[in-house]
Amino acid sequence: METLTALFAFWREQAGKLGEQTLQHIGLTAASLLLAVLLGVPLGLLLSRRPRWAPAVLGLAGVLQTVPSIALLGFLIPLLGIGPKPAIFALFLYSLLPIIRNTLAGVRGVAPAVVEAARGLGLTDGQVLRRVELPLALPVLMAGIRTATVINVGVATLAAYVAAGGLGEFIFGGIALNNPVMILAGALPAAGLALAFDALLGGVQRLSTRRLEQVGAALLVALPLLGGLYLLPRAAGKLLAGFSPEFVGRADGLPGLTRAYGLAHLPSVVLAPALVYEAARHADVDVIDGYSTDGRIRAYGLRVLRDDRRVFPPYYAVPVVRPALLRAHPELSAVLAQLDGQISDSAMTDLNYRADYLHQDPKAIAEAFLRRRGLWRDPRPAAAGAPVVRLGSKIFAEQYILAELYAALIRGNTALAVQTKTGLGGTTICFEALRSGAIDMYPEYTGTGLLVLLQPRPAVVDSLGGRPAAVLGYVRAQFRRRYGLEWLAPLGFNNTYALLMRQQQARRLGIVSVSDLGGYLRRQ
Amino acid sequence: MPTAPPPVIRVSHLGKRYGAHAVVQDVSFALAAGETLVLLGPSGCGKTTLLKMLNRLVEPDSGTVEINNGNVLAQRPETLRRGIGYVIQQVGLLPHYTVAENVAVVPRLLGHAPAAIRARTAALLTRLHLPPERYAGQYPHQLSGGQQQRVGLARALAADPPIVLLDEPFGALDPLTRASIRREFRELDELRRKTVVLVTHDVTEAFELADRILLLDAGRVQQLGTPRELLFRPANDFVRRFFAAERLALQLRTLTLGDVFSVEKFAAEQDKETAGAPAASVALGSTVFNAQTTVHEALESLTGAEPSPSPRCTVAELMAAFGAALQREEDAWKR
Repeated sequence: METLTALFAFWREQAGKLGEQTLQHIGLTAASLLLAVLLGVPLGLLLSRRPRWAPAVLGLAGVLQTVPSIALLGFLIPLLGIGPKPAIFALFLYSLLPIIRNTLAGVRGVAPAVVEAARGLGLTDGQVLRRVELPLALPVLMAGIRTATVINVGVATLAAYVAAGGLGEFIFGGIALNNPVMILAGALPAAGLALAFDALLGGVQRLSTRRLEQVGAALLVALPLLGGLYLLPRAAGKLLAGFSPEFVGRADGLPGLTRAYGLAHLPSVVLAPALVYEAARHADVDVIDGYSTDGRIRAYGLRVLRDDRRVFPPYYAVPVVRPALLRAHPELSAVLAQLDGQISDSAMTDLNYRADYLHQDPKAIAEAFLRRRGLWRDPRPAAAGAPVVRLGSKIFAEQYILAELYAALIRGNTALAVQTKTGLGGTTICFEALRSGAIDMYPEYTGTGLLVLLQPRPAVVDSLGGRPAAVLGYVRAQFRRRYGLEWLAPLGFNNTYALLMRQQQARRLGIVSVSDLGGYLRRQ
Repeated sequence: MPTAPPPVIRVSHLGKRYGAHAVVQDVSFALAAGETLVLLGPSGCGKTTLLKMLNRLVEPDSGTVEINNGNVLAQRPETLRRGIGYVIQQVGLLPHYTVAENVAVVPRLLGHAPAAIRARTAALLTRLHLPPERYAGQYPHQLSGGQQQRVGLARALAADPPIVLLDEPFGALDPLTRASIRREFRELDELRRKTVVLVTHDVTEAFELADRILLLDAGRVQQLGTPRELLFRPANDFVRRFFAAERLALQLRTLTLGDVFSVEKFAAEQDKETAGAPAASVALGSTVFNAQTTVHEALESLTGAEPSPSPRCTVAELMAAFGAALQREEDAWKR
């Protein structure tokens, strides 16, 4: 019941978006169906004349059908980029089999006597096809179109992964945010569309052959019009944004940003997080969300727009330790402090770039960095039975590198042995490992400590106002009080959400900060 | 003696093979206008293939088909077919067309005026006992098998083609319906004037409808002739065996009163009316029959519901004359 209320509230709030997505969804389905009918029906008719080719063609279409939809989109991205093209093409491939197969089955189902009589009366091959075979095949052909439509309405939800819009945007946003209401907000209309189309075409199928001919003709007119629906929202606006579903749904993501900067005129599409950077790189979209220290920023020549109104919460990286470690080995404090404030955003971006794009070993990256900064000491041979410091990290490159940096410092400057437990999955796993003493230390981000681990009331978050020092002070005090854990000093970089544009375009448009972007959009 | 009119259909040395199997081999015949030829033979003898080569639904491997003195290959097959009526066993009415639309297919292809088509359709349906006001708007699935075949026949005749081809037109009907439609068919004025080629494996049907019969076996002509010739002058053993089972019934249907009775039996007054022509009627008991009446028909009439003063006597007389006639035919053949 609560979910239902929340659902209606969501729809009311997002009515514009819901309408747009529904139109896009219908448009995607119709456009791909039109292509499939235009190719599939003639192909099916050809196969009815050349039955020897039928197994090969149907087999190929069948194989296409079995390719998982996500994988198919994946194959198409390198060929067609992102956006409507791969989505429509994938849907087109999926609808091909039912349409070819049913056209062929429909023509084959026409009684041979009727065809023979028609030829015997003097109808030409073309007339036999148009006046006899095609009309009599229509009920079966319509059943194929019906099947294809229902498949397409379902698969079209995946279009949101490649920035093609549709009701999948809500669904993927909901999945990313673990928000069942948002998932339902997209899933229910999609299911409703599928049922409505199914019922509609089911009704059509039962019409007499004569009526079916009229409906078939009407369908050929209607499909391009419906497909055109899809193009409407895209016509306006010079800059196009592509956002990951989570960013669109989170309060501190796009909604917060829109409110603070008035980015109302920024048309946006949703796409899979993995594709966001690629989309910006290939100029499929112009503005994307990302993380400010991501290696791809450097690799793809992107620019981080300065968050001059501090909408994104600060995510400064800070080592969190068990105080017992520092009490037992007081010399460690000074060693760990060597990295305080040493790594800027661009420095961390560079390190990530080496790991993610040059595929260098995190250990080698850490050593090279320390050597450049004159912090490198050759590791001392650890004495047998020396106490062990256990370092943890989450499961991505930045955390691996940070863990290796601290490991190298400890090995070079103390007699302690070091054990790295990298790849401990997500935030919660690292945090629980630290609390239980399975590890002694791991790097955490202030924003994550605040919003994911402490989860204070919104009033508290608002009172901190996104000021880095205030947030650090709050999490440090709370962790000490609640868990007896210690946040040391920040490393210097802020791995937060960021809006990114291509360097070149940003320079040409004179956009440095998010405010500049807002100003540019308002001028357009 | 006037020169015989040129044949409407002339088939010369026609052959067709599918792979190694020769379906039709070296078949030749010529048909005069208004003649009805029945292609008869056991299943798989090639009679349907032969028929379909006449309207190019099957193209021959060798030999020629000429229609009205022109090689059929000189015409586009569609144009050729529009000038030839075609009826098949399964009828093959277009299921999405009404009865009237089915009948109108060929006239429409030929571009006849809509009003003329309507009138022609109505006339044909009426003649075939399918009152248009009731049946014109119905769809084929609403009709019985016999009604469907009548519509098929109307469709073949709609554009008034000079030639009609029929492939076992009554084969799918029950015996009663078949007999009644066959009678209608025979009495249909439309068909009398046309050159008809009809395929059947039913011997009785062949004898009832044919002017001449072409008996086929394994793709080869066994005999081409009138029913009487096939029955009384079989060309070979196959022909003889083919009719053996129904010989008597066929003889009853073939021999006419004119054949079995000598000239003195004919009523003299009839002779005056048809001066110069052969005797035209025969009196049996109290009934006067046309000389063309078959023995079978005369028998049916004599033993029918109406009791005549001395029926037994005349039936016996008829049967005796019939027996004598049979004997004469046998003797003639043996010499």
